[in-house]
Amino acid sequence: MAIRDILVYPDPRLKQVAEPVERFDAELRELVHDLEQTMDAGPGAVGIAAPQIGSCRRVIIIDVSSRPKLKNHGRLYLVNPEIIHWEGLETGREGCLSVPDYTGNVVRAQRIRVSALDPHGRPLELDMEGFEARALQHEVDHLDGLLFLDRLVSRRHDLFKRKTYQARKDKP
Amino acid sequence: MAHWYMLTVVGADRPGIVARISQCLYQAGCNLGEASMIRLGGNFTIMLMIQTAQPRRQLEQALRPVTEELALSLHLDPIEGHLHEHRQPDVRITVFGADRSGIVAQVSGALAEAGLDILELESSVAGSRQHPLYIMQLEGVATRGIEALRQALAEELPQDIDVRIEPIDTLVG
Repeated sequence: MAIRDILVYPDPRLKQVAEPVERFDAELRELVHDLEQTMDAGPGAVGIAAPQIGSCRRVIIIDVSSRPKLKNHGRLYLVNPEIIHWEGLETGREGCLSVPDYTGNVVRAQRIRVSALDPHGRPLELDMEGFEARALQHEVDHLDGLLFLDRLVSRRHDLFKRKTYQARKDKP
Repeated sequence: MAHWYMLTVVGADRPGIVARISQCLYQAGCNLGEASMIRLGGNFTIMLMIQTAQPRRQLEQALRPVTEELALSLHLDPIEGHLHEHRQPDVRITVFGADRSGIVAQVSGALAEAGLDILELESSVAGSRQHPLYIMQLEGVATRGIEALRQALAEELPQDIDVRIEPIDTLVG
């Protein structure tokens, strides 16, 4: 069990589609543990996916509880996660452990329903919104060989403003 | 030993400016760094970091055929090229109103006093000739927090200007 090196773009392993997990054994538990240690060692990451440490398996961790004002489920260890429903779109800023020194705007679904297994193989179904939903979508993209760079939208023109109709509240 | 320069290019917009300038720099053995290129009021503008071992005069000479043919004015300044040190903005501010003089001075003055450090700013004059509209979008670091910016604008913002202040919470995953 260890903190592992984070693969950095353009490492070709980040472009692979990860394989579903079929066995919930000691090897999986070790992978989850390494993922967690590596995420916690990094600078302020709210999620990590197994391909980022060179394991081509469909395993992610997300944890946005560092933003206590935002709705969240705490720390989630998800195996074979799937987005089974989504609604709404919003633009937000993302960066990535695998893409140092760059952040960009990405459009993501606002609300999602996720089905997954926990590390013991028990099924889960979760409703997520906002920042937590964004974190999950970012990590699931890693499982499909996609980086946020693949989804960048213009930094200058915000197509889907986050709070369009609250504009006047900012005015005195 | 290679040095960094900031190349500034301005001229009436026409197709091919970026391609011609960058080809010329590539042939002259320059490495390009970060850039901002945008059309402003019918002019095409380039701010481009260039790394080269050539002396300034030689680089200007290499670019001259292109700048003369495309009627571009060009300027080169030696700079420090600090790459891989991006600062992350934590606030985005959108300002708009019927165009008049003083909008930028009033808004940026109030925000600067409240601790805003601007990292990028873009503005347009839109609307019609009869009713021009000024729109400005900027991103920066609120060194004294976003609430300080809101308060400063609440106290000092003229009533004819609309402002939206949004936090940028960057997700790292």
